[in-house]
Amino acid sequence: MNLTLKIWRQDGPTARGELVTYQVPDISPDMSFLEMLDVLNERLNAEGKEPVAFDSDCREGICGMCGLMISGDAHGPEKTTTCQLHMRSFKDGETITIEPWRATAFPVLRDLVVDRTAFDRIIQAGGFISANTGAAPKAEAILVPKENADRAFMAAECIGCGACVAACPNASGMLFMGAKVTHLGELPQGQPERAQRVAAMVATHDAEGFGGCTNIGECSHACPKGIPLDVISQLNADMRKAKSGRL
Amino acid sequence: MTETLNKPEGVDADYYSVGAPIADTKAPAGPIENKWTLRKFDASLVNPANRRKLSVIIVGTGLAGAAAGATLGEAGYHVKSFCFQDSPRRAHSIAAQGGINAAKNYKEDGDSIYRLFYDTVKGGDYRARETNVYRLAEVSANIIDQCVAQGVPFAREYGGLLDNRSFGGVQVSRTFYARGQTGQQLLIGAYQALERQIAAGTVEMYARHEMLELIVADGQARGIIARNLVTGEIETHLADAVVLASGGYGNVFFLSTNAMGSNVTANWRAHRKGAYFGNPCYTQIHPTCIPVSGDHQSKLTLMSESLRNDGRIWVPKRKEDCEKDPRQIPEEDRDYYLERIYPAFGNLVPRDIASRQAKNMCDEGRGVGPMVGDFRRGVYLDFADAIARLGKPAVEAKYGNLFDMYARITGENPYETPMRIYPAVHYTMGGLWVDYDLQSSIPGLFVTGEANFSDHGANRLGASALMQGLADGYFVLPNTIRDYLAKGPYPTLDENDPSVAEARTSVEDRTRRLLAINGERSVDSFHKELGHIMWEYCGMERTETGLMKAIDLIRSLRAEFWRNVRVLGAADTLNQSLEKAGRVADFLELGELMCIDALHRRESCGGHFRAESQTEDGEALRHDDEFLYVAAWEYAGGSGEGEMGAPVLHKEDLAYEFIQLKQRSYK
Ligand SMILES: Cc1cc2nc3c(=O)[nH]c(=O)nc-3n(C[C@H](O)[C@H](O)[C@H](O)COP(=O)(O)OP(=O)(O)OC[C@H]3O[C@@H](n4cnc5c(N)ncnc54)[C@H](O)[C@@H]3O)c2cc1C
Ligand code: FES
Repeated sequence: MNLTLKIWRQDGPTARGELVTYQVPDISPDMSFLEMLDVLNERLNAEGKEPVAFDSDCREGICGMCGLMISGDAHGPEKTTTCQLHMRSFKDGETITIEPWRATAFPVLRDLVVDRTAFDRIIQAGGFISANTGAAPKAEAILVPKENADRAFMAAECIGCGACVAACPNASGMLFMGAKVTHLGELPQGQPERAQRVAAMVATHDAEGFGGCTNIGECSHACPKGIPLDVISQLNADMRKAKSGRL
Repeated sequence: MTETLNKPEGVDADYYSVGAPIADTKAPAGPIENKWTLRKFDASLVNPANRRKLSVIIVGTGLAGAAAGATLGEAGYHVKSFCFQDSPRRAHSIAAQGGINAAKNYKEDGDSIYRLFYDTVKGGDYRARETNVYRLAEVSANIIDQCVAQGVPFAREYGGLLDNRSFGGVQVSRTFYARGQTGQQLLIGAYQALERQIAAGTVEMYARHEMLELIVADGQARGIIARNLVTGEIETHLADAVVLASGGYGNVFFLSTNAMGSNVTANWRAHRKGAYFGNPCYTQIHPTCIPVSGDHQSKLTLMSESLRNDGRIWVPKRKEDCEKDPRQIPEEDRDYYLERIYPAFGNLVPRDIASRQAKNMCDEGRGVGPMVGDFRRGVYLDFADAIARLGKPAVEAKYGNLFDMYARITGENPYETPMRIYPAVHYTMGGLWVDYDLQSSIPGLFVTGEANFSDHGANRLGASALMQGLADGYFVLPNTIRDYLAKGPYPTLDENDPSVAEARTSVEDRTRRLLAINGERSVDSFHKELGHIMWEYCGMERTETGLMKAIDLIRSLRAEFWRNVRVLGAADTLNQSLEKAGRVADFLELGELMCIDALHRRESCGGHFRAESQTEDGEALRHDDEFLYVAAWEYAGGSGEGEMGAPVLHKEDLAYEFIQLKQRSYK
């Protein structure tokens, strides 16, 4: 395959960026999208030009490190992570635009690399269950109905990649936050801190510069793990109950 | 330090020398069931009020590092945590699929601490230290309690009880799991506990930071030099103790199932500063991975070995058939080689055997799939019989997610055409040598998780790496490190102290040198070439001549690297080529040590198969009379960048007091 790439290049957090066009010939449809970028980088290096910076680690769709806006879609045309996207999803001769996640809360560090530590700070605010090591009761002591365990698991599948924020016109982090509130809220162990958790997480979310949710649904559509929109309903319900002291 | 230095016999004399034996001095005497309780009792306590004056650096936020960080933070110590990813939640532990073992005996199927201990020692082919393994089994049940309390959503039965499955060829069901994402769920639990401590101010987090040097002052580990990967700034971090939880080094093979960034730098820098490296050649190669599809390949993807329960492995009998559509090859022209060679175990032989036979078939020219170099590197894993027997829906229910993953990566439909699989490097049992307290040969330097050598001997059982990482992090290290910290706070170290200045300057010099070479070859091209050498000569089958050849090849490749690598960009920005260059430079040294270790161990054990040491029917043959020891290697220095002296071998004899030695057989 022969492709034309338009890639966002930006030297540093405060530098001005621009889209730069590259021709990449001889791409195999069996390559992953990031392997295609590896090939480009090898060539740039050989030409004495600095390679394009982008994040990835597991390349198995689970660590959440990768994430590119590919021709306007977070993680590209398939419902998967950028690292699990393969070139057979593109056409020979296609022009592909590659940009970083764009959101106030995710500033660009260089080229396609962004700073997503705002997500960590949301978790710090309350995305945990306080259970000191050694103080845990026997695991078998508390039963958890399979239905709740399965729903908790579904929400806990979030990989924290940030595609939801990148896809949302408001750059909202509500799907990410809703997933955590649902994961912990479905479990008996998560009940004692439920009210303060949701309140603190939402306050941090807003302070970090994420936008509000207006029910567009792009987040869930872009989510490589298919986290459903109803986790946001859960978040809102918990928030209302927390405010009125009913949680 | 080295007391006696002897030259080994024969060809080995050119490669290493032998120093004084070493031994663990921390495990108390007495019955194995009492050792851990006794050790916890004897280890000094630190008054809660004094804890915040004591600081600990933890490199790594995988299961081993995040669990330790959270626990020490809760206890009130001042912790500084480091990881090279943008968030601690992304450590490579996240990718583990299958599950975590624990001796809970929920199924009443005869499991016990002792059985888990026994299975782990046997699985490790009798090359692990009994005391450490027993403790691992002992604390395993606490891990599950801890994780459930944190909200880890393990699989449950309809009644609400935790579910278990059997895994990795053992006869009991002791594996806890969260669908195919156990590592992710366990790590998120530990990550959240760590974030809670960050919020509480007991843990300072340094993400996108890479440790590039260890600071050793007056013989004690006192800090690290790290590079801020965003700004390029070289930072000095000092503490009373340092913990390395930096994971495994499978990426020395370039292609492996490890994450792209997994590397040996933290361990290797500590090794160069005096920490002994234990059994570096023990590597695990997993038989069911998706094969290489071409030269562009950047990593390999593991597929759960549960597939071997229903899939049948075969290659064509004749080379001429290898290019054919497999569905056109009639039954009589297929060679179900595992069923043929191992009629009793068939497709379920242990990982190392299944891997080695797949290689043999491909070496004979009977591999399938695309040509990679001179050979086709793949064998079929065929579900046609299973689909005929159980029906497609049943196969889909069991393996659907794996089939989907396979289809996504290869573009082929495994329900219609057989899957292709090939072995890939998966885990490294070797790592820095530690005693029962998980302390390395440098006082104040502790090593946990995959980064140490301690619990798996020459081969690791499935679902036990997650167990070890969390055992070390939550329960073992926090209890042993206090014995060391209780003697602190250690004297304040000045940033201008010669030990600090030396470490810092060496990092700065090395960075400058890497950027100044401006040669013709990319870092990746060196990494790939090293990977080929390691895979060819220090992979599934090793021979004396092959290893000697590999050592020569690695030495000249390393010399070329320091002459001819091209690393563009600057030191003071985010520079991924520079990051990779530092890691590959260390792999180029580690590779040589692995080959020397493999050369000296003239026996086959676990994942280490020496062609010269096999039974008449081609099975691994141990030599307990000569090799019942841990090989702990001391770095011997070198004059310039990339130069290495002959390492010094320290032997730790393994005494089996509780378990009797046996030779494995799967025929
Ligand atoms: C695909 C796959 C599947 C697996 N499945 C299973 C399974 O089902 N069951 C099982 O028991 N085991 C499994 N394993 C093995 C297991 O996942 C690992 O052995 C284990 O998770 C390692 O944990 P760790 O905490 O030691 O290291 P890691 O999780 O690798 O963490 C290493 C940490 O160190 C940091 N680090 C490294 N070097 C530096 C440096 N120089 N500076 C700063 N930070 C650094 C990294 O950023 C990271 O945070 C699997 C492994 C793979 C590859
Ligand atoms: S690199 Fe880990 S999810 Fe893509």
